[in-house]
Amino acid sequence: MAKGRPFPLEARGVCVVLGGHAALDRVDLHWDGDSRIAVLGANGAGKTVLLRTLHGLLEPTAGEVHWSGSGARPADQAMVFQRPVLLRRSALANVEYALSMRGVARAARRARARAALGDVGLDGVAQRPARVLSGGEQQRLAIARAWAVRPSVLFLDEPSASLDPVAAAEVERVMGEIHQAGTALLFTTHHLGFARRAADEVVFLHAGRLAERTPADRFFKAPRSREAETFLQGELP
Amino acid sequence: MNDFAESLRLAFHLAATGDAELRGIVWLSLRVSLASAAIACAVALPVGALVAVGDFPGRRGLIVGLNALLGLPSVVVGLVFYLLLSRAGPLGSLGILFTPMAIVIAQAFLVMPLVAALSRQFVEDAWLEYREQLKSLGVSRLRAVPTLLWDLRLSLATVALAGLGRAASEVGAVMIVGGNIAGVTRVMTTAIALETSKGDLPLALALGTILLALVLSLNGAAYALREWSARRYG
Amino acid sequence: MRSIARIIRPLDATALAAAALAILLAPVANGARAEDFITVASTTSTEQSGLFKYLRPEAKKALGFEIHVVAVGTGQALDMGRRCDADVEFVHDKVAEQKFLDEGYGVNRRDVMYNDFVVVGPRGDPAHAKGHDVIAALNAIAQAEAPFASRGDRSGTDAAEKRYWKAAGVEPRGAWYRETGSGMGPTLNTASAMNAYALTDRGTWLSFRNRGELEVLVEGDKRLFNQYGVMLVNPAKCPQVKEGLGRKFADWLVSPQGQQTIAGYKIGGQQLFFPDAKPGA
Repeated sequence: MAKGRPFPLEARGVCVVLGGHAALDRVDLHWDGDSRIAVLGANGAGKTVLLRTLHGLLEPTAGEVHWSGSGARPADQAMVFQRPVLLRRSALANVEYALSMRGVARAARRARARAALGDVGLDGVAQRPARVLSGGEQQRLAIARAWAVRPSVLFLDEPSASLDPVAAAEVERVMGEIHQAGTALLFTTHHLGFARRAADEVVFLHAGRLAERTPADRFFKAPRSREAETFLQGELP
Repeated sequence: MNDFAESLRLAFHLAATGDAELRGIVWLSLRVSLASAAIACAVALPVGALVAVGDFPGRRGLIVGLNALLGLPSVVVGLVFYLLLSRAGPLGSLGILFTPMAIVIAQAFLVMPLVAALSRQFVEDAWLEYREQLKSLGVSRLRAVPTLLWDLRLSLATVALAGLGRAASEVGAVMIVGGNIAGVTRVMTTAIALETSKGDLPLALALGTILLALVLSLNGAAYALREWSARRYG
Repeated sequence: MRSIARIIRPLDATALAAAALAILLAPVANGARAEDFITVASTTSTEQSGLFKYLRPEAKKALGFEIHVVAVGTGQALDMGRRCDADVEFVHDKVAEQKFLDEGYGVNRRDVMYNDFVVVGPRGDPAHAKGHDVIAALNAIAQAEAPFASRGDRSGTDAAEKRYWKAAGVEPRGAWYRETGSGMGPTLNTASAMNAYALTDRGTWLSFRNRGELEVLVEGDKRLFNQYGVMLVNPAKCPQVKEGLGRKFADWLVSPQGQQTIAGYKIGGQQLFFPDAKPGA
């Protein structure tokens, strides 16, 4: 474990009510940060809500999210949203912005931003306005932006959703490198093959409840819960 | 219809011959309108954005207050500033009554509520989209304000233009704090008012046409700038 | 353009705006160098007759400084003097001027020029007001309840009009008597639109371009005499007043040169104002 990492993460009895409806229902999660976790489930099962809650964007209605030490949400996390919001400036400037928000000195920003773009294969479009990039390029830019600040935890919400197979493979590769460099990964996805390759564990949500948590390869061969089985068979939406 | 036809002819004639007095009036109008709109935007754009992203007690009341200021009658503002800037008033020693500076200040105050209300609306709508992403990036509400102001520059340029239009069309307050002094504080709007009260309606209309043409060209230039910027930055 | 975009960061943008503002405002702020001008409070009728447009360059040539004229109703003009916002008063309401002097706000009043009032009305003259007797005319108008547009704004003209009604023994009231609360020009605009009678000074009438059906019906009555006077705002009450320059201007107005200049102002060959400063004033 790297020095200063905020693990283990303890989520206890987390309930989140949104719009009068229980999006998360008494979720317990203990995470040491070493295993890569894929959060799976049908639409509306609460995957994105779980990510947002763990990342600190949503306050639990009940229960608590507790990181190691102080329990307060650590600053060096990052999240890649399903539809990333990019600023109306160049791709490079977007990454530089994220770095400046974390207090990186101006001199170092340019170089680190360029490196991050290089890592995701976007060097060629560094000066293009971020908003005119294709969906796949924007997704990779969001990853570069999150990665550039070297977070200890990286959440990703459907990172390969809008990507063609080539770009998706690229993202897989980058995520592998990010994990190698010591960043903990927790992501949601609909692509089961991707989950199988990129995750060590699967957390399966059903109607806001944590139905199952199983090592990845075992989950896809023989899930323990009935809901997971139905899910894998019918690939419920 | 005669009046309109004659005034159109007169407008072209005036513009073509480059009447010196007219040139002076147009130039002064441009300068005071631009200056007051610039001051108003410098203050009100950030204020509107702050109110939009802020979360503080009394926020709702502040919004209601800001919106109410939109209905502020301009002659009231003019009168208040006249009393403030008059030699007999608290700020009399500044000696700016009946100077273009007084016009700029009064107009700026009239434009500020408009710019703040519109800015708040635009930023509030955008905040829904940006909020979580910015929070994730570690951007505080306060720090988000300049980021949003710059990112929304296209929409806010339209707001600034609305402010400029409001400034350029002001006559009541300008009359009172400026005094409509020929060659000093006579702007297009007060000149139009004067010619109207002298019964010279074709001339008044002609001046009005020129003022319209001016405002139209400013808007046209701003539109072109926005188009280029949208293509450039998406 | 890219380099511009890089430069314009939020804080830098503020600096840029400040610089732009300074450039924009500099000439605007400079417009108030104290030595160069005086502020003369005068009346809308004087302004609208075009007298000042003609007089100001002549005065500047003779005196070497600018004359800034704020033209409002006599009541407001004198109020400006009370508030020390003017250096010189140039109005046409002897009664109000005397009060101004008595209250100590003004000093050194001198006659400058006169013109006359006329009563204008619709060509057909439904009230049979035409003639050389203003009091008889007003009586006729009141009896016929013909529409009459009044300024109602504490101006010199308005004060004179009220005095004529009083002399006629009539209290003008009713739907036919319309107080516009505005200057001479707008009042004439209203009269023209309503085909109403109105009292106006000849100067404004001669330069008024929206006459419609109106024409001069009553003139030549000695009571229609309209005297203009110049006063200095009292330096004792207003220490900031530009006493030296103001005095120079007032002296010039009553000097032979100034008087000749006033007489020289004509519209369509007709002289508008008749200089009548007392010699040695």
